[in-house]
Amino acid sequence: MSGFFKSSIGRKYAMALSAFFLMFFLLQHFAINILSVFSPDAFNEASHFMGTFWAVQYVLQPVLIFGVMYHFIMGFILEIKNRNARVAKYAKNNGAANSSWMSRNMIYSGLAILAFLVLHFIDFWLPEISTKYIQGDMSGLLADSEGFRYYEELTHKFVNPLRVGAYVIAFVFLSLHLTHGFSSAFQSSGVSSMRKEKLQIFGKVYAIAIPLGFIAIALFHHFNH
Amino acid sequence: MNLTLKIWRQIDANDKGKMVDYKVTEISEHMSFLEMMDVLNEQLVNTGEEPVAFDHDCREGICGMCSMYINGEAHGPDRGVTTCQLHMRMFKDGDTITIEPFRAKAFPVIKDLVVDRSAFDRIQHAGGYISVNTSGNTQDANATLISKHAADEAMDAATCIGCGACVASCKNASAMLFVGAKVSQYALLPQGQVEAADRVKNMVAQMDLEGFGNCTNTGACEIECPKGISLENIARMNRELLKANV
Amino acid sequence: MSVLDSKVPKGSLKDKWTDYKNHIDLVNPANKRNIDVIVVGTGLAGGSAAATLAELGYNVKTFCYQDSPRRAHSIAAQGGINAAKNYQGDGDSTYRLFYDTVKGGDYRSREANVYRLAEVSANIIDQCVAQGVPFARDYGGLLDNRSFGGVLVSRTFYAKGQTGQQLLLGAYSAMNRQIARGKITPFNRHEMLDVVKVDGKARGIIARDLVTGKIERHSAHAVVIASGGYGNVYFLSTNAMGSNVTASWKIHKKGAFFANPCYTQIHPTCIPRSGDYQSKLTLMSESLRNDGRIWVPKNMDDVMAIREGKKKPTDLTEEQRDYYLERRYPAFGNLVPRDVASRAAKERCDAGYGVNATGEAVYLDFASAIQRYGIEQAKIHNITNASADKIYELGAAIVKAKYGNLFQMYEKIVDQDPYKTPMMIYPAVHYTMGGVWVDYNLMTTIPGCYAIGEANFSDHGANRLGASALMQGLADGYFVLPYTIGDYLSHDIRTGKIPTNTPEFDAAEKEVTERIEFFLNNKGEHSVDYYHKKLGKIMWDKCGMSRNAAGLKEAIEEISALRKDFWLNVNVPGTATEYNEQLAKAGRVADFLELGELFAKDALVREESAGGHFREEHQTEEGEAKRMKEFQFVSAWEYKGEPKDAVLHKEELVYENIEVKERSYK
Repeated sequence: MSGFFKSSIGRKYAMALSAFFLMFFLLQHFAINILSVFSPDAFNEASHFMGTFWAVQYVLQPVLIFGVMYHFIMGFILEIKNRNARVAKYAKNNGAANSSWMSRNMIYSGLAILAFLVLHFIDFWLPEISTKYIQGDMSGLLADSEGFRYYEELTHKFVNPLRVGAYVIAFVFLSLHLTHGFSSAFQSSGVSSMRKEKLQIFGKVYAIAIPLGFIAIALFHHFNH
Repeated sequence: MNLTLKIWRQIDANDKGKMVDYKVTEISEHMSFLEMMDVLNEQLVNTGEEPVAFDHDCREGICGMCSMYINGEAHGPDRGVTTCQLHMRMFKDGDTITIEPFRAKAFPVIKDLVVDRSAFDRIQHAGGYISVNTSGNTQDANATLISKHAADEAMDAATCIGCGACVASCKNASAMLFVGAKVSQYALLPQGQVEAADRVKNMVAQMDLEGFGNCTNTGACEIECPKGISLENIARMNRELLKANV
Repeated sequence: MSVLDSKVPKGSLKDKWTDYKNHIDLVNPANKRNIDVIVVGTGLAGGSAAATLAELGYNVKTFCYQDSPRRAHSIAAQGGINAAKNYQGDGDSTYRLFYDTVKGGDYRSREANVYRLAEVSANIIDQCVAQGVPFARDYGGLLDNRSFGGVLVSRTFYAKGQTGQQLLLGAYSAMNRQIARGKITPFNRHEMLDVVKVDGKARGIIARDLVTGKIERHSAHAVVIASGGYGNVYFLSTNAMGSNVTASWKIHKKGAFFANPCYTQIHPTCIPRSGDYQSKLTLMSESLRNDGRIWVPKNMDDVMAIREGKKKPTDLTEEQRDYYLERRYPAFGNLVPRDVASRAAKERCDAGYGVNATGEAVYLDFASAIQRYGIEQAKIHNITNASADKIYELGAAIVKAKYGNLFQMYEKIVDQDPYKTPMMIYPAVHYTMGGVWVDYNLMTTIPGCYAIGEANFSDHGANRLGASALMQGLADGYFVLPYTIGDYLSHDIRTGKIPTNTPEFDAAEKEVTERIEFFLNNKGEHSVDYYHKKLGKIMWDKCGMSRNAAGLKEAIEEISALRKDFWLNVNVPGTATEYNEQLAKAGRVADFLELGELFAKDALVREESAGGHFREEHQTEEGEAKRMKEFQFVSAWEYKGEPKDAVLHKEELVYENIEVKERSYK
């Protein structure tokens, strides 16, 4: 088995596995975010639970960080290897004739997502870590008034139109990445074609609906506050 | 038809190579692409120039020898054909056609449009067989029933002609469609089961060793494959390798 | 007694091969390791022989001009492979396969060889299935069969329309196993340019690396030629572009007799040529004749209207069509043997009924098959009152499942949809029954030099039945040669490695090098193809589907003159130390120019019509081929310099187990 993950196909599996995990995480993230549109209280409750429950913080969070890092680093390694597999380039190459733009440019959509994640970490994750683990405030309460701080922080971030713009663009790239990535992950993990057809429809819906939802949430808060 | 051809010329493996322009006239639309190349070469020989070297043999789309990258696509713009089956009716008078060799690190250029595809052979040496002696003293051919479905699917995988269009078209120069087809043919048949695990491991290891890229599931190989080998074969190979390792 | 000894074992036909195998000398496994064998050509015969010899323990070197053994032209065979399995229970047997093959070959093949072929045929199927060849199966999981021309049983096994490909990949996989073990060393992109004889025995070859141009010496204790047929002497044929006679011709020049060169198979169902630029012809499997009906219009007016595009073939009613095979040969109909079908097409086209612009095409029509299958399918699926469209749709689906890839190929080439309009077909050169003369052991008249598969002459007589070429190639390679070569090699266990630094190798290499230098320094005015095309035209016009004495005499003169001109005026560009296809081709065409003349000479001497060889002077009143008792022999030609000086040796053919009759398919 040790050789397996060193083989080209083993790495495909690993990419697919990390992708599955990330796609699941994305769904969960979305589910909590969408609460903010309907009920600030429910959003606060859920956020507080996620932010303080030990299994999420000490098990899932490290796994998530590892998954993200692995997916990116392996993505880059494979991209470099794949580029090296063709030393001399074609003078004329008509890639559009046989494959989608998304499938050929996963590295670029991935890079856009990476750039966004850096922003996202600076916006949410670093302050969160700082509050909880450096300042030691695990209460999740606002410092200067009543109630939880999560909803407040969320709406605050969507005030600046530039940030909202970056957020929207990033999710467009995520959609492009998922359009290919979703079915690709299933293909890589060897799902047979019979099941793949239905999965592909589901994948398309997922790849469009989830990023669109995130965008809608951002716009909702931007225009409502 | 009158055409301008932009053709990759490279004297040998060590030469840097370059694109050179040629003109051909009075090309009939009923000609095959290689017959058009014959016209060019006859013209070059008669004017004392070196003819363009290209691989070709059966000229009926089955030997897998011909291997041109035409206008940015393996075997040109038509679907389900090899270069030798591509006909000039796919082009228009006055067109400029770019012709390059199949490019991949694992397919070094020998001369002009001729490339070395022996990497495919070495992958097959690694496991592309069932270990049965050719004594003829095997069991009767009908002793093992094989469902029509499995036989047909194995046949579809076995249809691969090993031309390398999958590698040439893949943005990663990956050979997984080829290897997937070979692994699948045996994986689908009861005769292939005994050695299935070793076969897939050895063939994939050799594929990696040859310097082919990774599959990122763009699907270009399936579209450009002259024999319509399905991506399903890659998925099956992935399953087989996982199975072999657990 | 003739100088030719066929070495056919004594005893009853049924027991010859078994008895023979029981009594030949064997080489013990330890000694096999010290014996080298060279196999030239890696098609069905060469590939299977190489794999089996390596498996037995010999050190094998294989040579092929393609970039991989898997690309040999056996790969292009479509229809199927015969075997006397009698899985269909329709009365097939070893004897019947033997009988059909001898009769199909117009009683011009060697009885004992053909019987052995029929005997081992069943083993081939077992072997190939064990190797993972995906033969077609029926819904019960058993192997499926189809019927082929010239026989009354269904004994043909197939893998869609790609049987040759699948069988070759099977043989190639067996080779791969031995390559991985180090028992076969493959030399791909190599061409054999001469055989080396030491003390009268074949002891090696001179080969050229087609990539670097390097001339190499390879020694062995035996040399096996499996380089296929010489159909490309016609320039246009269904052979691959690189298919050539060079290996066979080189051994011929060193002492191997060349047998029956005039026996050529012109295959009836090929795509007609469309213009002068045409580089090769494409075969459509004979299996199409199972369901396709061949016809031309009855009336000349309709022919003209069709040629001018005023009428479409589908406009003609049944009464306006002449299904000439069904008319002339009611018993076999569209499934007459190839030579008969080809000549009948030529007869109609010569009479002016050809249906395309060149006047050289007849129709192969699937409309009634689609109709028949459609009705059957409607019944199976319980569709009552099916509409004509529905029936067409159901029927077309069955035809597609059977011949889909052939139909697609046709459409790509001709740009017409054969589901909607009849295919156009015309005969084309396809296979050569003639070849290097071999004895029962498949050894040529050079000791230690063997010829197998299409390269030899032995099993098909004057005409080959469909689906028998694959059978013969694999029978020779898997099951016959590995035994018979052991008998010869058993005398070589003490010989040791054959050195290549001997005067014999020096001389052979010098000859090869000089010829290459000549080509490159000649700087003449015509390309190699110029000569090849001219030769092809002479061959097709005068040594084609029908021949006569005057034409053959002219052909001999013309080929001889063309050859002289070739050696004066051929132009080969480039150098000797690079990949140089023109140079390789020049050598091949030079050999074709000699073979072509011998071919015409053989056809002139054979004052009869037999199988693929039709002499206009020898036909019955109905225009059928007329065989002559006094020509019941194999013509084996000994090389004496110029083809005109070749000496004829006759091997009389004796039929003890089969009655020589008029070959009738009526």
